[in-house]
Amino acid sequence: MSTTDLAPQDTNRTERPSVDRQRVTFPRVVHMEWIKLRSLRSTTLTLAITVALLIGFGLLFSSLVGSGEGPDQEDFSDPTSITLGGVMLAALATAVLGVLMSAGEYATGTIRATLAAVPSRLPVLWGKVVVFAVVSFVLMFVAALGAFLAGQSVLSSRDMDTAALSDPGVFRAVVGAAVYLTGAGLIGLAVGVLLRNTAGAITLVVGALFVVPGLIQLLPSSWNDAIGPNLPSNAANSVMSVQTAGDSLSPGTGLAVFAVYIVVLLAGAAVLLKRRDA
Amino acid sequence: MIEVNDLSKRYGDKLAVDALSFSVRPGVVTGFLGPNGAGKSTTMRMIMGLDRPSSGTARINGRPYEQHKAPLQEIGALLEAKSIHPGRSAYQHLLALAASNGIGKRRVLEVIDMVGLTEVARKRAGGFSLGMGQRLGIASALLGDPQVVMLDEPVNGLDPEGVLWIRNLLKGLADQGRTVFVSSHLMTEMALIAEDLIVIGRGRLLSAGLLADFIAGSASRSVRVRSPQAADLRALLLGDGVTVSVSEPGVLDVTGLEAAEIGERAAAAGLVLHELFRQEASLEEAFMELTHDSVEYHATTAEPVTTGRTNR
Repeated sequence: MSTTDLAPQDTNRTERPSVDRQRVTFPRVVHMEWIKLRSLRSTTLTLAITVALLIGFGLLFSSLVGSGEGPDQEDFSDPTSITLGGVMLAALATAVLGVLMSAGEYATGTIRATLAAVPSRLPVLWGKVVVFAVVSFVLMFVAALGAFLAGQSVLSSRDMDTAALSDPGVFRAVVGAAVYLTGAGLIGLAVGVLLRNTAGAITLVVGALFVVPGLIQLLPSSWNDAIGPNLPSNAANSVMSVQTAGDSLSPGTGLAVFAVYIVVLLAGAAVLLKRRDA
Repeated sequence: MIEVNDLSKRYGDKLAVDALSFSVRPGVVTGFLGPNGAGKSTTMRMIMGLDRPSSGTARINGRPYEQHKAPLQEIGALLEAKSIHPGRSAYQHLLALAASNGIGKRRVLEVIDMVGLTEVARKRAGGFSLGMGQRLGIASALLGDPQVVMLDEPVNGLDPEGVLWIRNLLKGLADQGRTVFVSSHLMTEMALIAEDLIVIGRGRLLSAGLLADFIAGSASRSVRVRSPQAADLRALLLGDGVTVSVSEPGVLDVTGLEAAEIGERAAAAGLVLHELFRQEASLEEAFMELTHDSVEYHATTAEPVTTGRTNR
């Protein structure tokens, strides 16, 4: 090709400052994932519902506990766990949101556009992890704190035992609730990449987090004692308990076990994302 | 510049792309033709790094796509229309893709305007027609002002005005010195815009070169003769390597002889000719002839029969 052939193209490029200095960097991939998250009504709605569930159930449990109908205060290990009673249900919502963030891209075909823009692929997964973890943790921590404070004031107005954030283990339990909710979402995100199918991933994650812990209790107690505390939801639960109950893990061990699940699933997701056809 | 070297893709025991090698040069529009299932889309996906090759390499501007630091500046591709979440607007979709490559909002608005989607850019893409989805795909291909543009069936679902727009767009991009690689099953469209042509069948390369050479090289080139003594003329001309078909009374299509030779023989025999001219094969005929044996899915009713070849 002669230089005259190149000339018009070169001028074309200098006239276009808007496309200068294009490069894929990790912060830019994070920015892309942030735009994707906030531009869907379904994700913002799911997050709002999660916050509402967390605070709503905290208020509901603190209003009803010990009222003669339903559970008594003795059924809960402590006042903190009453006000964080909505975490289980809220975790269902964050887990689904995690699945939607990853498997949802496969369902709609967006993944091909995404990987064409970021062909090295892995930054896309880490970008999703960062955006989801930060957004979820901040929101869920605020919501858990809100549920705790609102719930404790309800308990106090009903002249029942209350807990304060400065009591031993209480603040850690509130942070633990946010860890549980965020971790459930990350598990959903990883499984979504592994299965690339929204319905399948939701079924698997909901089953593993919420159904298996119930089923495992039907096994002989020697099995149950060995497996039960190490299941992801039970391990995460021990992080948000003020008092360690009988056979459950200590908060530190629980956090470590929960983290191992997340790391292993994300590593598997990374390997398959890199290797498979999109 | 796209360079494909010994590229293969195997799905189970089926070889979708079989040791394909070709290159696509800048400055012209290159057409990519092949029957359904020939492996065109798979090849394009491997060039984009979306499908992993079983063996071989595909390079864009000298490197595998995933090694480029500014990928959208190297190549923009439309592979499947509607690679977008139906709940997201076209604007947000393009904004997200642009953000990953450090491309600003201004360029996003520019490409939306370029493809004529300004009015619907803020609406949910779920309501887009096929044609609008196609325009959105082209907008995302142009986001990075790329050196190479690769489009899989870009005119699908476009109205005549849209087809004309694509034609001018692709020619314009090629004139700016960019590499333009386009697949289409519309031969007439391809004949209008492409200068180079790559033809594949059953995953294998059948032809690569200038579109004009491809058509000229086709054996279905024939000479049309109109004569009141057609029957005599036919008997006179038939011989080794010469076929004569009668397309209508008094009109013969002759292959295997040049027009001059036919005229001279007719004159020597004292036969009257009313018309004598050479017929160029169409791209479609040349294509059919080449891919006849490599069509993956034959219709059950008949073989693909082309016009002007009634008698073989």
